[in-house]
Amino acid sequence: MSNLFIPNPKEVESIHILREVAAQFEKPVLLFSGGKDSITLVRLAQKAFYPSRIPFPLLHIDTGHNFPETIEFRDQLVAELGLELIVRNVQDSIDQGKVTEERGRYASRNTLQTTTLLDAIEEFKFDACIGGARRDEEKARAKERVFSVRDDFGQWDEKNQRPELFDMLNGQIEQGQNVRVFPISNWTELDVWEYIKTENIQIPSIYFAHKREVFFRDGMIWTANEHVFREEHEQVEEKMVRFRTVGDMTCTAAVLSEATSLEDVVNEIRASTISERGARIDDKRSEAAMEKRKKVGYF
Amino acid sequence: MENRKLIKIATAGSVDDGKSTLIGRLLYDTKSLTTDKLEAIEKTSKQRGFDYLDFSLATDGLVAEREQGITIDVAHIYFNTEKTNFIVADTPGHVEYTRNMVTGASTSQVAIILIDARKGVIEQTNRHFFISNLLRMGHVVVAINKMDLVDYDEDVFLKIREDFEALVEKSDFKSEQITFIPISALKGENIAKKSDLMPWYVGNTLLDHLEVLEPEDLQQSSLARFPVQYVVRPKTEAFHDFRGFAGKLYGGNLKVGDDVTILPSFTTSKIKSIQFFDQEYSEATPGSSITITLEDEVNISRGDMLVKSSEVPHSEKSISATICQVNNKPLRVGQKYTLQHGVNRVLAKVESISSKVHTDFSGEEASDQLGLNDIGKVNFRLSKPIHFDAYTVNKANGSFILIDEGSYDTVSVGFIEI
Ligand SMILES: Nc1nc2c(ncn2[C@@H]2O[C@H](COP(=O)(O)OP(=O)(O)O)[C@@H](O)[C@H]2O)c(=O)[nH]1
Ligand SMILES: [Mg+2]
Repeated sequence: MSNLFIPNPKEVESIHILREVAAQFEKPVLLFSGGKDSITLVRLAQKAFYPSRIPFPLLHIDTGHNFPETIEFRDQLVAELGLELIVRNVQDSIDQGKVTEERGRYASRNTLQTTTLLDAIEEFKFDACIGGARRDEEKARAKERVFSVRDDFGQWDEKNQRPELFDMLNGQIEQGQNVRVFPISNWTELDVWEYIKTENIQIPSIYFAHKREVFFRDGMIWTANEHVFREEHEQVEEKMVRFRTVGDMTCTAAVLSEATSLEDVVNEIRASTISERGARIDDKRSEAAMEKRKKVGYF
Repeated sequence: MENRKLIKIATAGSVDDGKSTLIGRLLYDTKSLTTDKLEAIEKTSKQRGFDYLDFSLATDGLVAEREQGITIDVAHIYFNTEKTNFIVADTPGHVEYTRNMVTGASTSQVAIILIDARKGVIEQTNRHFFISNLLRMGHVVVAINKMDLVDYDEDVFLKIREDFEALVEKSDFKSEQITFIPISALKGENIAKKSDLMPWYVGNTLLDHLEVLEPEDLQQSSLARFPVQYVVRPKTEAFHDFRGFAGKLYGGNLKVGDDVTILPSFTTSKIKSIQFFDQEYSEATPGSSITITLEDEVNISRGDMLVKSSEVPHSEKSISATICQVNNKPLRVGQKYTLQHGVNRVLAKVESISSKVHTDFSGEEASDQLGLNDIGKVNFRLSKPIHFDAYTVNKANGSFILIDEGSYDTVSVGFIEI
């Protein structure tokens, strides 16, 4: 019986990176948002260490404004795979007076997450945080390294990054530094969706078209509920929508869609003309928005 | 992921030769620019008073470089066609940026070298081609850009090709590894669409040419090298005695039943199984991340290497390599570093610097140090032997990085010579 293994090059690269993290760091953690990218990371980690369990815990920074479907999904996944899950809440950072809740039309807890994350890193002494960011998401991400060294303040210095040659990863760091690791750096949104489809990976239901109470503002579709600021004249309607990312409700816009299956979603992404981050309200604040947030330790 | 092949490309060219414009154009022509990105480009182009779309805006990402209007680091850009996924490393072209091109090229199979048709082959072009040669790129596309500014004149193209072919003579490339294409990135001539304005050019458009390249043809075929990255020991009920060796396979195939030798212990065994996730395979191809189990209980740890017993690599405590310095801290005789060869680390001391190499094929000179962007020949003494091949034979097993013991920065990349 000849049974030749033909690898998928992007999957290979991600698995290589995950194994390097496990081997080079003492306390790695996987930042889990409940979104499709972090779910994909979990699958890749499962493959990288099989038949061993994934040798690091998941960390969820909960803004308190998550879609309930995402949280339910998270708990189910963790139980099924026997993973260790750590949750830290933005609400606690607010209660401790470390951050102040934003107000007004564009109020969001997205930027507040940074403080909660940095505190968690310090609390657990994590030296490597694995994230699902992709370079195709945003121009500033295009220059991000796979192993991206951050200082004590979580800051990213884009002018002073270590060059990454071939597939050799240098995870040596000084005391107080930590590394953000991006195993799916080289994947596109379409790659992720196609992978979810071929691998038949379960994802939260909000990624599929469903009826939802929404309202329209600035050409985007917002979820209508108590966490999202809405002016009186902004009318609530019921629409068939789905989400392309599942961040905080306050900064994740929906798109009109009829895609109820993975097959439909993949076809829709293939044909789509609005980029994924176009549906993230926080990036629209300014063109340089992402880069500024990265400098202060955002994922 | 659908079964598209993956082609990785590094771009090289001097400032303003049109790299960013070319990449933006490729994105546009393959419909990879989304409406919101296109709108942003339209808006900014208009703000700046252009009567055309400035596609370089699609890739020039960071605030600092937007302010300076130049690309300052390696950026990665993605697009795909029906059959192929492409990754482009956009590397800037300043004299002092050898480091960036080496970095971008190290993860790519193909180099696109841009030449401004008005300027022809310049000193920079020599350097870009020198680096392509040093890194043994699988294929080089010489894109002669801004043909619109020379009236799409065939003679201009032929002259540049002739000048470039003189360089090819000095290199290790075979002529079929080099392709010349006349283009206008700004106007989109010969990018995705065959140019009516250059009927004298009978070859493929750039995109068609990139699409017919096959990853297997761009890769070295050599001997199987399997550096152990991670030892998998589940210690669960179902997998009580399981001991798997996880890693990435380079150079050649490995099969179940192969007689293997483990380095550095030189113990031998046989491959019992090759696994990927919950599947078993009888054979693995280069570029696979797999887990191998052996017939015998052998003591193996991370950094060890598994090879076929009939194909054992060189094992030495002193090595010679061509070094490219990628950090502003210079490399000097007597200095000590951590040398990372694949996933294995040893200590290394610089014994001597044989020469600094001119990056324009014009020879070498004596030097007692290598500064940022310098390329030179260096001899090292190691704390323990490493198990290597020449870079020209097996890229993965013939390259290493040097890590500074104080800052932990990656300061050099080395290409081992034998
Ligand atoms: N006429 C003409 N101008 C071009 C062409 N390609 C690029 N340019 C212009 O050359 C300048 C530099 O281009 P850019 O892409 O930023 O070059 P880079 O520095 O190599 O990234 C810009 O003003 C472009 O619009 C071309 O094919 N024809
Ligand atoms: Mg540029």
